Amino acid sequence: MTKAQTQFLLLIVGAAVLLLLPVMSGNYTLRLATIMMMYATLAMAWNFIGGFTGYPSFGIAAFFGLGAYAGAVVQARGVPVVLAWAFAIVIGSLFAYALGLILLRLRGHAFAIATLVIAEVLRELTNGMTDLTGGGMGLNLPFFGWGPDALGRFFFYAMFALAAITLATTYIVAHSRLGFGLNCIKQNEDAADIVGINTTRYKIIAFTLSGGFAAAAGGLYASWTGYIEPSDVYDILFSIKPILMVLLGGMGTIFGPALGAVVFLVLDEIVWRNFLQLHTGILGLLIVILILFLPAGVLSFDWRALLKKKVSAT
Amino acid sequence: MIFFQYLVNGLILGGLYACIATGFSLVWGVLSIINILHGSFIVLGAYIGIFSYTMLGIHPFVSVITAGIVLGALGYVVQLGIINRVVAQSVLVTLILTFGLELMMNNAMLVAFTADYRKVILEKSLGVLEIGNVFIAMDRAVATVIAFVLIFLLWLLMRLTSIGRAIVAVRFDREAASLMGIDVKKTYAITFALGGAMAGAAGSLMSVSFPISPLSGPLFLSKAFVICILGGVGSVPGAALGGLIFGMLESFGAVFFGAEYALTLAFIVLIILLLVRPHGLLGVKGF
Repeated sequence: MTKAQTQFLLLIVGAAVLLLLPVMSGNYTLRLATIMMMYATLAMAWNFIGGFTGYPSFGIAAFFGLGAYAGAVVQARGVPVVLAWAFAIVIGSLFAYALGLILLRLRGHAFAIATLVIAEVLRELTNGMTDLTGGGMGLNLPFFGWGPDALGRFFFYAMFALAAITLATTYIVAHSRLGFGLNCIKQNEDAADIVGINTTRYKIIAFTLSGGFAAAAGGLYASWTGYIEPSDVYDILFSIKPILMVLLGGMGTIFGPALGAVVFLVLDEIVWRNFLQLHTGILGLLIVILILFLPAGVLSFDWRALLKKKVSAT
Repeated sequence: MIFFQYLVNGLILGGLYACIATGFSLVWGVLSIINILHGSFIVLGAYIGIFSYTMLGIHPFVSVITAGIVLGALGYVVQLGIINRVVAQSVLVTLILTFGLELMMNNAMLVAFTADYRKVILEKSLGVLEIGNVFIAMDRAVATVIAFVLIFLLWLLMRLTSIGRAIVAVRFDREAASLMGIDVKKTYAITFALGGAMAGAAGSLMSVSFPISPLSGPLFLSKAFVICILGGVGSVPGAALGGLIFGMLESFGAVFFGAEYALTLAFIVLIILLLVRPHGLLGVKGF
């Protein structure tokens, strides 16, 4: 079997296991799986701009929060759930497009700082627009009137669909002219420009994809939790965690981000369960360890060499 | 005239802001690191000021020295032991590393000091000076003067001492500096220590004017971003000027746009500056 066939087979098995989860397991596992797929979506969303294009974006929290509020605001005014999500995607993509036009002139540190502060700006604006968003009080969404089981399943399948679409888009992008162009930009943007790649257009497409998918995840998250507040959905951790996941799984790869999300969240969950008071501190420690010891990703880590060393040492 | 009151407020705020930003700017300029930890350093400096006053009765303006030394030492150890390992890597890696360290430090401070807001309430306040219709809170004014003295001392250190010249040399050409016999890793650690010392000193000065909680760090940090870009990354006089401008911006911005949009206004200025004057108002300089 070729590598591609093995990957495809693993993907089918993984998807089958996931789809059977609602039948086989309880609400806790289902909730965990839904969170994992949400973060996998965010990681893949970041991968378009950060992994493929090599632009250090810290803006995922901004798009996630914007999507959450865009969806929640219209849903609270009676728009059906699915239409509210579509609205969140449209708003998120448009905002990312407009922002991309401005910010993608910057590179490196300047781009990082500029994207980092966008979430803070949106948080302050959301806090200020009390009439529309409820301000710091947060926003309650209409209750579905379903039991916890049905609700859990509905959002599990919705998040599964979103993650699957994001993965498919990642695959298509990676195997298209766009993906090739983005890779050229990552390696040497000036050279890519000279050989005739429309770098501005490509970068904006990547950034828009990133914003659109993150906003979609935000929209789903808002209806799922039923209550959002600015400091929750614009949390900088929503920008940091997806990057860590991609670093863990492998930058600019197709399956890396999703895999990194699973690995990271398993670690995160273990930390949560055991160190409630020290959770953020231990999370910080986890981040430091991952950055120091696995800078090129779990997939790139040479496990065989490690095993060999152990064997030869004994 | 009310205009002069805002002007004075802006100036007084500006001095403290300048002090916050110099260390951050120095580290960014020399090490190419956006140091998220800087905000937590300021907060710890403020706690040193607060506890020295409540427990030992030492005035926060004196604690500036201890806070500077403690945070400088902490900065030195953190850089030498941890950050130096990834210092040459991309902004993604270094920024996330300092973010992880910030989470750890904030959590430690939260456990140690609780989430309550604290502030030094001086028994013998210097009071308020009234000139015409302008009121000046003297404690804050003195803090601002000390802030500028510290910035001036840092500038002298960069100009006149061999450590300072080594830092400048490493900033402009790491390889060449290393060939001239400069220990780059140690120079990085000293730079980070200086950044930490400025943050600690600034924190102790702030403790007289602003209520502090373990989670105040990001607020100070975001101000440092803007000031640093305003004045030019890595420039000490730039950070001083940037701090003053930022103080004015906040003071007058609150009048015209409302205090709740202060950060938005500052960040819009930041993004415009990044686009039109990426090297800041004073440009790249050898300090």
